[in-house]
Amino acid sequence: MTGAALVALVVLLLCGLLAVSGYDVGKALTALARGAAGSPTIFASSTLVRATPLLLCGLAVALAFRAGIVNIGADGQLLAGATAATALALAFPRAPALLGVPLVLAGGALAGVLCAMVPAWLRRRFGVLEVITTIMMNFVVLYLVGYLVRGPLQEPSGINPQSATLSEAYRLPFVVPGTRLHAGFLIGGLLAVALAWYLRRTAGGFRIRVIGANPNAAAVAGQVNVPVTATRVFLASGALAGLAGAVEVTGVTMALYENLSPGYGFSAIAVALLANLNPLGVILSATFLGALTAGAAAMQREAGVPSVLVSVIEAAVILGVLASRVVIARRARLRSAL
Amino acid sequence: MTFALELLDISRRFGNVVALRDAQLQVRAGTVHAVLGENGAGKTTLMRVAFGLVAPDSGRILRAGRQLTIRNPTDALQAGIGMVHQHFTLVPAMTVAENVALGMAGRFSARQARDRVIELGERTGLPVAPDDRVEVLPVGAQQRVEILKAVARDVEVLVLDEPTAVLAPDEVEELLAWIRRFATGTRAVVLITHKLREALSVADDVTVLRAGRTVYQSAAAATTQDMLVTAMLGSTPGNTSAPPAQAPPDSPVVLQLRGVNVRAATGPGLHDVSFSARAGELLGIAAVEGSGQAELLRVLAGRLHAESGTVQRPQECAFIAEDRHRDGAVLDFTLVENVALRGLGSARGLLDWGALERRTTALMGTFDVRAPGAATPIGALSGGNQQKLILARELEPLPSVVVAENPTRGLDVQATSEVHRRLRAAAAAGAAVVVYSSDVDEVLDLASRVVVMHNGRLLEVPNDRVTVGRAMLGASS
Repeated sequence: MTGAALVALVVLLLCGLLAVSGYDVGKALTALARGAAGSPTIFASSTLVRATPLLLCGLAVALAFRAGIVNIGADGQLLAGATAATALALAFPRAPALLGVPLVLAGGALAGVLCAMVPAWLRRRFGVLEVITTIMMNFVVLYLVGYLVRGPLQEPSGINPQSATLSEAYRLPFVVPGTRLHAGFLIGGLLAVALAWYLRRTAGGFRIRVIGANPNAAAVAGQVNVPVTATRVFLASGALAGLAGAVEVTGVTMALYENLSPGYGFSAIAVALLANLNPLGVILSATFLGALTAGAAAMQREAGVPSVLVSVIEAAVILGVLASRVVIARRARLRSAL
Repeated sequence: MTFALELLDISRRFGNVVALRDAQLQVRAGTVHAVLGENGAGKTTLMRVAFGLVAPDSGRILRAGRQLTIRNPTDALQAGIGMVHQHFTLVPAMTVAENVALGMAGRFSARQARDRVIELGERTGLPVAPDDRVEVLPVGAQQRVEILKAVARDVEVLVLDEPTAVLAPDEVEELLAWIRRFATGTRAVVLITHKLREALSVADDVTVLRAGRTVYQSAAAATTQDMLVTAMLGSTPGNTSAPPAQAPPDSPVVLQLRGVNVRAATGPGLHDVSFSARAGELLGIAAVEGSGQAELLRVLAGRLHAESGTVQRPQECAFIAEDRHRDGAVLDFTLVENVALRGLGSARGLLDWGALERRTTALMGTFDVRAPGAATPIGALSGGNQQKLILARELEPLPSVVVAENPTRGLDVQATSEVHRRLRAAAAAGAAVVVYSSDVDEVLDLASRVVVMHNGRLLEVPNDRVTVGRAMLGASS
């Protein structure tokens, strides 16, 4: 099933859900549309800002899935990245922006790598399923952040469970004047293009696609070192999610707190699947889900529809994509049986 | 004379392949009956007919003189016929007692199941701890559980499919002794095997199948190993194909193993294997399944590391794996992408897809791969065309060593002769070509020199059908 068909399905489902729950469908959808793209400024400040962490995490998930690695830990890796970025920025408050911003972004990516290293090593050494370990790492990181924002990283007054605000030198530059759209979206877009090119054009990218499609053939026919390639991809995926955390801190929150991510790493799975694991498609699907999230907030304010509706939609997207895969696989089997 | 089980005039086709034609098997009560035959002779199919897993196209089944219809394993078990498959059918995460209770009627009681396993174990002399989870048991114990499962259903005719293939030598002795004790009174054991010595030492009667027909039936006491070999392999048909390529005696050795050992998860692995091949030589490997040839081929092709010993081989080696769907191709990928697999592990930088597409199109022409275009997924092609593309990828340009594992499996006659032609051409062009086939005749037909793998060891033998056959089966010379 193509992405467009899925989007249409999502919209239909949304209307159905609204109608069944007894809301005024027209009013709710108007609020949704206005909240997501009522004006260019709203689109940039709400939709694209919300799409940025979804874009980076979506790339992380798509890359891992392409190699057959089920990284469900993007949320934890994002938090680890946010934590590292915050810690670095607070440690060097007087760094010049030209040096400081790249430093915290790199630090965030590195924290994501470290966070992915544990499940990656367990997978390679003992064959432990990364589905389980990455989910568990999410909790490890979440509670670690909970400790840090009440302990070593707590703001000086010691009242709120959050870090001190970062110095303005660490703020990511805004790219559209008069909006809150920061450079993070551009970074994500560029990375998506680079990743698409890498997967398509290079030997290394092709290796990733092959180990995901058939690891046996990769090893036997292609003589690819599958464990090494898979581990590298796992770590790169962690880096992308970690970068998302650093970008979120320096682009939006300017501080670390526990609820920094409303589940970006999980929504990223829907983003990646909706894009059919294509990095360029991730730009669109992240924007789409960003718009839904932004619009849902407006819908809650103006039409009283709970914004958790978006979670229902996300889950429906995942199920829809998985179901369509089953159908496609069954058709392919039928074809080959003929 | 009373027969515990009789299979009379059993025939069965699978598509174009005739697996059984008027096969006969008559098992006397109170005896052990060995069923022998080469790979694909129909031994297992015949016993699957008796166990209700395969419906025969024609023929009769008699149990203790009464004719019956067996539609499924439940019917077979009810008639007192049980089968232990070569690949066990146990639930690894469940205990021994649970596995034995599985499939029984009525309520499940953990205590009763446990007591039953202990009681059965004592009565039949097959001791197993009822509370152990099956996955932690060694293979020999898992096999005892499989046998217990059959015995627990009061099976009188027990069919064992290659039961000793997975066992260590002392376990084999133990099992064979148990088989002898079991086969008394109205009970009988059918032992499917391709080990001659084992068959003659334990069985009362032997039946040999060849190409789906029963070609030999006699008492074991009146049978020699030579008679079995002749029956299994048949008389040598006149060889009309091109004479095998001979390597010039002064051509360089391009492939050499010395004292190589490999441990394998299943099967014997490799024991102290030494081997060499010269440029321009077409070398055949003959072996019954699971004799270590899979490991040998992979070591030669650089797809498996030897644990000890020295391996001298060129960097690049063509490898045609037996299971092309699993190891040879990525079915969802296009022909171009599958061609790009060659040497992918050491490829650097950019891939030139334009050049790869031109190369694929050229290969499709020279190797006569029938496909709508280079961008077709390889999964959409017929088996023969898939194999031709894989051959093309591996042989063009030709590396100095080519290793092929059952390269004609599942192919029709025309595709098979095409594969043979390509392998001969590769040797003629100066490559050392090593071919394993489960079909001895194919090996003898292709190769100028034959080595035999038996139980993880390598033997060099004259290129002669009887000698090769005997060595494969481990017959004492």
